[in-house]
Amino acid sequence: MSNNPPKSQLASAASSEVMIAIKQMNKWYGQFHVLKDINLTVHKGERIVICGPSGSGKSTMIRCINALEEHQEGEIIVDGILLGKNLKNLDHIRTEVGMVFQNFNLFPHMTILENLTLGPIWVRKMNRVDAIDTAMTYLERVKIPEQAKKYPGQLSGGEQQRVAIARSLCMNPKIMLFDEPTSALDPEMIKEVLDVMVELANTGMTMVVVTHEMGFAKTVADQVIFMDEGDIVEQNEPTVFFDNPQHERTKLFLSQIL
Amino acid sequence: MDAWWDDVFAAYALNIDDLWRRTICTAPSFPAGDHIRRKHRQRETNVTNEAKATKRGAPKEKFNFFQDQRVRSVLYQLLTAGIIGWMVWYLASNTAHNLSARGMNTGFGFWNVSAGFDTDFKLIDYTPGIGTYGRIFAIGVLNTLLVSFLAIIVSTILGFFIGVMRLSSNWLVAKVALAYVEIFRNVPLLIQIIFWYMGVFSVLPVVRNSLDLSFGSGWMTLNNRGLYISTPLPGDLFWLTPAALVLAIIGAVLFRRHARKVQNETGRQINTLLPSLAAIILLPLAVFLATGTPLAWDMPKLSGFNFVGGTSLPPAFLALLISLSIYHAAHITEAVRAGILSVSKGQSEAALSIGLSPGRVMSMVVIPQAMPAIVPPLISNWMNVVKNSSLAIAIGYADIVSLFMQTALNQAGYAVEMVGMTMGFYMVVSLTISFFLNIYNKRVQLVER
Repeated sequence: MSNNPPKSQLASAASSEVMIAIKQMNKWYGQFHVLKDINLTVHKGERIVICGPSGSGKSTMIRCINALEEHQEGEIIVDGILLGKNLKNLDHIRTEVGMVFQNFNLFPHMTILENLTLGPIWVRKMNRVDAIDTAMTYLERVKIPEQAKKYPGQLSGGEQQRVAIARSLCMNPKIMLFDEPTSALDPEMIKEVLDVMVELANTGMTMVVVTHEMGFAKTVADQVIFMDEGDIVEQNEPTVFFDNPQHERTKLFLSQIL
Repeated sequence: MDAWWDDVFAAYALNIDDLWRRTICTAPSFPAGDHIRRKHRQRETNVTNEAKATKRGAPKEKFNFFQDQRVRSVLYQLLTAGIIGWMVWYLASNTAHNLSARGMNTGFGFWNVSAGFDTDFKLIDYTPGIGTYGRIFAIGVLNTLLVSFLAIIVSTILGFFIGVMRLSSNWLVAKVALAYVEIFRNVPLLIQIIFWYMGVFSVLPVVRNSLDLSFGSGWMTLNNRGLYISTPLPGDLFWLTPAALVLAIIGAVLFRRHARKVQNETGRQINTLLPSLAAIILLPLAVFLATGTPLAWDMPKLSGFNFVGGTSLPPAFLALLISLSIYHAAHITEAVRAGILSVSKGQSEAALSIGLSPGRVMSMVVIPQAMPAIVPPLISNWMNVVKNSSLAIAIGYADIVSLFMQTALNQAGYAVEMVGMTMGFYMVVSLTISFFLNIYNKRVQLVER
């Protein structure tokens, strides 16, 4: 990750306004206790990186934030709104929270432009001209405006993931969730996606990123979280987290991954 | 092994050293094979290298008649065509010989000959003794098409409905749909047809005790001779009502187009469904009432031992229609379920995460992707409905098989021609359906690299 901008450019934009507050959240799959007493606060402009071994519940946790997974106990407050059974609140939270998936999940039957304008037109009630303008702006930001008329199947994995990021950004979200965005990519494509994410971090976006890219965590994150067996084991600033991990489990994990 | 035998064959043209080298020692069973094979391979390499050195170019391939790929493929095709041609010729000449030896008629002369038998269910006019065998053929074709068409519509609607039920998160609903599929898919269709005919429609009350299905109005009655429905008799200004319906539908289409245009320009979304539905229902109704309800009914009336007037549907027709619909709906259910499940969960999650409502996720993301997976098995089911309607012969519904290929054939002879025409009819229908399926498949193919 030597090409990433130096740390000084990425001075934290975090403010005191709380964007996500998770309090004593518990989740079970049947008998299996996936998430145990999760407490997490994310401030506006803050960039959180979550890492941990597979099956530790990190994906499940961020999927709870926009209610792709249901939690059984505790509360999740996103942008000041309690996530519960109220469908109106749910709709609001989903429009304000963008999400990028491991497998891109672009809609294969629509062109790139249609993928990008679907949300703005049908959810944000934008007119077509404005929606296309917005879409092209974001396609330029992820550096593939020339692919607008193509279908997802015609793009490389890295390009598809950048389109997926642009699709989320078109909704003008306040928070972006990334669920292992580079895990399904070839090594040379990982960089182009990470570059886009670093650039996004520069704009002051609130980001929660599940990833194993420790270079990204070191340069971008305000806080790094280590999860294991449904628990948040350790949470710290990246310098402390990587140079002086507090828990044995974290040390073991870092020794295996770095 | 193939290559080994080829080599044996070719070796006869070579000297004995070559025979040894190329056959015995390359045979997989030869004990010292590996050792000698390696040695000879070495020799071959040397030879090629020499050839390269002397000729200074790629080694030229020698044409060998029996080992040439082009010669072989032409030979095999000629052989296949020859065998098939001989079989066709043999069967045709044999049949022609036997038919003429027994003095049986051949040709299509029967087409204009009048037939002497009647049928209880026909969509076109026909009088025994006057109507021709050609007309009988037409009656059979229309009866098959009628029952197939209705069964296709009913089974498709039922199949989609139960297919969605099977995916329901409600335990009871899902299990009821599962039971439906497992019961009706696993009992042979012929048995279901006979069950409905013998077990349901034959044990209905006799004519005198007919069941009234229209709350005592006599509009629709059911007995063991079939279902009797009133026929509408349109009055003077009745044509205005369907005209109003057409007008309302055109209006709804234009309104939808307008709504889309407004959305493109301003982003404002107009609900088109409710106003359109209201217009389509209320406008014809208003016109119908304003023109003084110009519609009378030809009621079926009990006269002597049977009903007279109205339209009657015989038990065989009802049994066939119901069993075909139910049986194929169970198959279509599975096609629908598989199609919807074939769209990955990530697709609906991505759509939800950009804030689309669950209804829009279904209509804009899941269903457009499920349809390419649903339609091919759906349409092959439609073809099966048409073909399976020939089981009508078991209960005597006057379809093309029981009317034309059985009754007419028994009366007139001409077995080859009549069976051939029946087969041709089914092929034309099936090929027409699959022609449209292929066009559809081309259109919905996903664009990939």
